[in-house]
Amino acid sequence: MSLELSPDDLAMLAGRDGPAAAMALRIVADTARMLGADRLIDIASSHIDGCLYHGDSGTLFAERLRSDGGRVRVPTTLNVGALDLVHPGRERLGPEQAGMARRLMAAYAGLGCRESWTCAPYQAGHRPALGQDVAWGESNAVVFCNSVLGARTNRYGDFLDICAAITGRAPRAGLHLPENRQATVLIDASGLNPALVAEDAFYPVLGAWLGATVGDAVAAIDGLPRPLAEDRLKALGAAAASTGAVGLFHVVGVTPEAPDRATVFGGVAPRETIRLEAPMLEAARRRLSTGLVPADGRIDAVAIGSPHLSEAEVDALVTGLAGRRIAIPFYACTGRHVLDRIAGDGRRAALDAAGVTLIADTCIVVTPILSAASGLLMTNSGKFAHYTPSTTGWDVLYGSLTDCIESAVTGRVARDEAIWR
Amino acid sequence: MKAESILPGQAEGAVIRLDGPLSFWGGVDPFTGALTDPRSPHHGVKIGGAVLMVPETRGSSSSSAVMLELLSAGLAPAAIVMGRLDAILGLGILVAREMGWPTIPLLVLPAAVQAGFSDGERVAIAADGTIERI
Repeated sequence: MSLELSPDDLAMLAGRDGPAAAMALRIVADTARMLGADRLIDIASSHIDGCLYHGDSGTLFAERLRSDGGRVRVPTTLNVGALDLVHPGRERLGPEQAGMARRLMAAYAGLGCRESWTCAPYQAGHRPALGQDVAWGESNAVVFCNSVLGARTNRYGDFLDICAAITGRAPRAGLHLPENRQATVLIDASGLNPALVAEDAFYPVLGAWLGATVGDAVAAIDGLPRPLAEDRLKALGAAAASTGAVGLFHVVGVTPEAPDRATVFGGVAPRETIRLEAPMLEAARRRLSTGLVPADGRIDAVAIGSPHLSEAEVDALVTGLAGRRIAIPFYACTGRHVLDRIAGDGRRAALDAAGVTLIADTCIVVTPILSAASGLLMTNSGKFAHYTPSTTGWDVLYGSLTDCIESAVTGRVARDEAIWR
Repeated sequence: MKAESILPGQAEGAVIRLDGPLSFWGGVDPFTGALTDPRSPHHGVKIGGAVLMVPETRGSSSSSAVMLELLSAGLAPAAIVMGRLDAILGLGILVAREMGWPTIPLLVLPAAVQAGFSDGERVAIAADGTIERI
């Protein structure tokens, strides 16, 4: 199949809108050819993952777009950067890297993107409508956008996101096409213990299992409680997009494209049905921890907030702390959209009084924040658990939010294993 | 043996064949080219100059940025052979081309066929996707 470009695309390629738009369209078109798309489609919004520093090359690319006159033509939010611009000095980058990271963030802001600096843009007011085509990067944002909002995006990598935002175009392929959004794998969760399914800590584990099991297939999970809190779907998707290449999942009776089994499978029988059993989840839960609990139970830090904490998740933290002080570093990563809401009503003061380190604009796995080169970290995030060992050198223990809080208060591992039995 | 050529090119190098899925972000250090997942048997192996065979790519959408950084710094593999197409890695190569930095071939060869190759074997890749032991 060859790619057919519209007259408008061809004009952009020829330089009508300047060299940045021409380069961006070349990259979108070549990506479309890689994906076997027959044409490009209009997109309604974009979320940019490319603003995180991974080396000077990304900065040079963004600055090229900027100096060549690039400007986004659709509403565009920014994912995390490598710097906490709200709390300077939180990150431990050297001056040169920090300088390049700052230039990168400035370049994307200069291209007209909203300085949201969050991996949860969908909780910062960026919520495209059901069925709308968009071009989002950041694996958890992609899976939330597709699954929970029912808007349509592929798992766009860094750079395609900004090129789509500048051109307003994306390849007509993959999850933009309705036929590719139907589920092929049925996950039957109805046999699980209802007490386990009622726990927040269940959802990252389910996600980690799902990603490792289905890879990039579209699964429909049936048998979960209805309705299901948005933060649980967020945690599920983020973990699934870390251990797998999941861009879309459905929860029957919960997510917008899955009112019932027949609809989500398009009237076709599932290619595969997996009946979830507790031992499968137990294995997935074990894989989320790399660290052994030392004999004295000592733990070095706790981190939560991947994806960035919502206001409701901050509330749960404040409630769980119950006025107590923590004994070890406790990093709570969130966005400015939440910091703004909790600033004046006692919640921020409660977190400060407890000794919690709030991180905005970034998080502990994308930039050096942890205070030592190695240690033992507890988290309730499937995504943090998956990436912490490789990106920070720390070992990790997965636990519930309650486990995280109680461990931080005592400085000793406190995990309630009973919920998993 | 013939692979599907996604971004064609010629290359030569020793095979590094992974058994499990890889996310370039979180799985490859962009400043050294070393594989960083302590859960993988290839932990610490540097992929620079190798023909990297990956049964499946997963995870982060920043993998394209890591790919670009490896290319710009001369730390990239000589070629990447994926079990299934993942446009995210290809994107890093496309942007390198736009920026005037070196690029590498990107191919698709099913994981079951990749399994016929062993670490350390030298192979040559032709522009049409042919992979030959040398």
